[in-house]
Amino acid sequence: MKYLDEYRSEELANKIVAEIQRTITRPWVLMEVCGGQTHSIVKYGIDRLLPNEIELVHGPGCPVCVTSLEMIDKAHAIAQRPDVIFCSFGDMLRVPGSECDLLVLKSRGADIRIVYSPIDCLKIARANPDKKVVFFAIGFETTAPSNAMSVFQAKKQSVKNFSVLVSHVLVPPSIASILQSPQNRVQGFLGPGHVCTVMGYREYEPLAERFRVPIVITGFEPIDILQGTLMTLRQLEAGTHTVENQYPRVVNRDGNRVAQDLVNSVFEVCDRKWRGVGSIPKSGYKLRYEFRDHDAERIFDVKEIDTQEPANCISGLVLRGVKKPHDCACFGKQCTPETPLGATMVSAEGACAAYYTYGRHLEIKKQPEEVTHA
Amino acid sequence: MCLAIPGKLIEVAPDAQGVRMGKANFGGIVKQVCLEYTPEVVVGDYVLVHVGFALSKVDEEEAARTYKALEELQQLSELDVPDVDDPTADPFPESPPAQIRPAA
Repeated sequence: MKYLDEYRSEELANKIVAEIQRTITRPWVLMEVCGGQTHSIVKYGIDRLLPNEIELVHGPGCPVCVTSLEMIDKAHAIAQRPDVIFCSFGDMLRVPGSECDLLVLKSRGADIRIVYSPIDCLKIARANPDKKVVFFAIGFETTAPSNAMSVFQAKKQSVKNFSVLVSHVLVPPSIASILQSPQNRVQGFLGPGHVCTVMGYREYEPLAERFRVPIVITGFEPIDILQGTLMTLRQLEAGTHTVENQYPRVVNRDGNRVAQDLVNSVFEVCDRKWRGVGSIPKSGYKLRYEFRDHDAERIFDVKEIDTQEPANCISGLVLRGVKKPHDCACFGKQCTPETPLGATMVSAEGACAAYYTYGRHLEIKKQPEEVTHA
Repeated sequence: MCLAIPGKLIEVAPDAQGVRMGKANFGGIVKQVCLEYTPEVVVGDYVLVHVGFALSKVDEEEAARTYKALEELQQLSELDVPDVDDPTADPFPESPPAQIRPAA
């Protein structure tokens, strides 16, 4: 496919890797922010094409992973009501709440449907006027315009039986949270390409300046990730810390203003709890008061649910780049995608799930003395 | 989750509610796409689509420029790289080049 195949060229990948090898003089720790980038890196073995001096640690950018257990339990409480058709993206269905997952609820008779797009829920709502159609609106800034449009159109078209359970998260506050941590090891970032397609990258410039870290907005194909790594590396070796754009075929500095305007008219910024990480100030979106008639939390009045994560899960440290999946004693043993203990194993884009899917739980962990430096 | 893929726009038409919609072709698979956020796009453009919404037009010039810059890496020792000044050199040939295989 055009704009995909050419970014998987083996010949080009080898050229960029050779350039990276020529450029690097010392060890660096880079974080890719997006779960989609993590998935691509592990799928194509990109981290293993790179010199040993570059360590890629995996960021918090998987919205399925970081949706709080409390919010998932709220979703389950709503989905079990007989008057509800509960709609979700497919990747939320296997995510365990405190008791079970949405697939189990579906097998018990709950009307749970996978939708390709949130706007499809309006058709379902129109076709089922006696039911309440609820969409589980999760995601980063990339997904916010789509979810916002579904609410905006529901209000405009008077589709009164449609509501959303909102658990939106925002990337820049999570980057700030990682960099503020005393445990932080990250020296440069591969920034979130599709988030910036919507938002632009202006809001990353103060982060790069304040924390003196290079941030390179990067795409998702192997060539994109290798080029983003090279651009970040060149900045680190030169001692600069600016925001650069590896992904100009879809990202510009201002982003999509039409989408931003609609998002801002439907959502407002709020504090948000992240699974495995905890609450981060001003790191999420909630519906504005004008759209309260489409707010599932208000309509169904689900009470606050107090939950406990397993104590032996290190997903919070993995999400902040402090640990890797192999550092966990449970990884690939009691914790697998079928029986996940925590955030980074619950979705295919979580670092632990990506490592497991591509067989890395079967490998013996390298001891430090075995690591050879090129 | 933030997966978004480029597709070629083959139809633009509002739906019954007046929402700007269209159809995009993703390597043979045709899907409905909401175009409310990309008022500038026309049939034949490539759009980046996420959960049924076009978020951006793919900028062909930027794509070609970035790709050529990458191909120029180590160009002196890589004589097989096409001349960057050659206007006929297509960085996006119809038949895909050799690809990195998934690691597992």
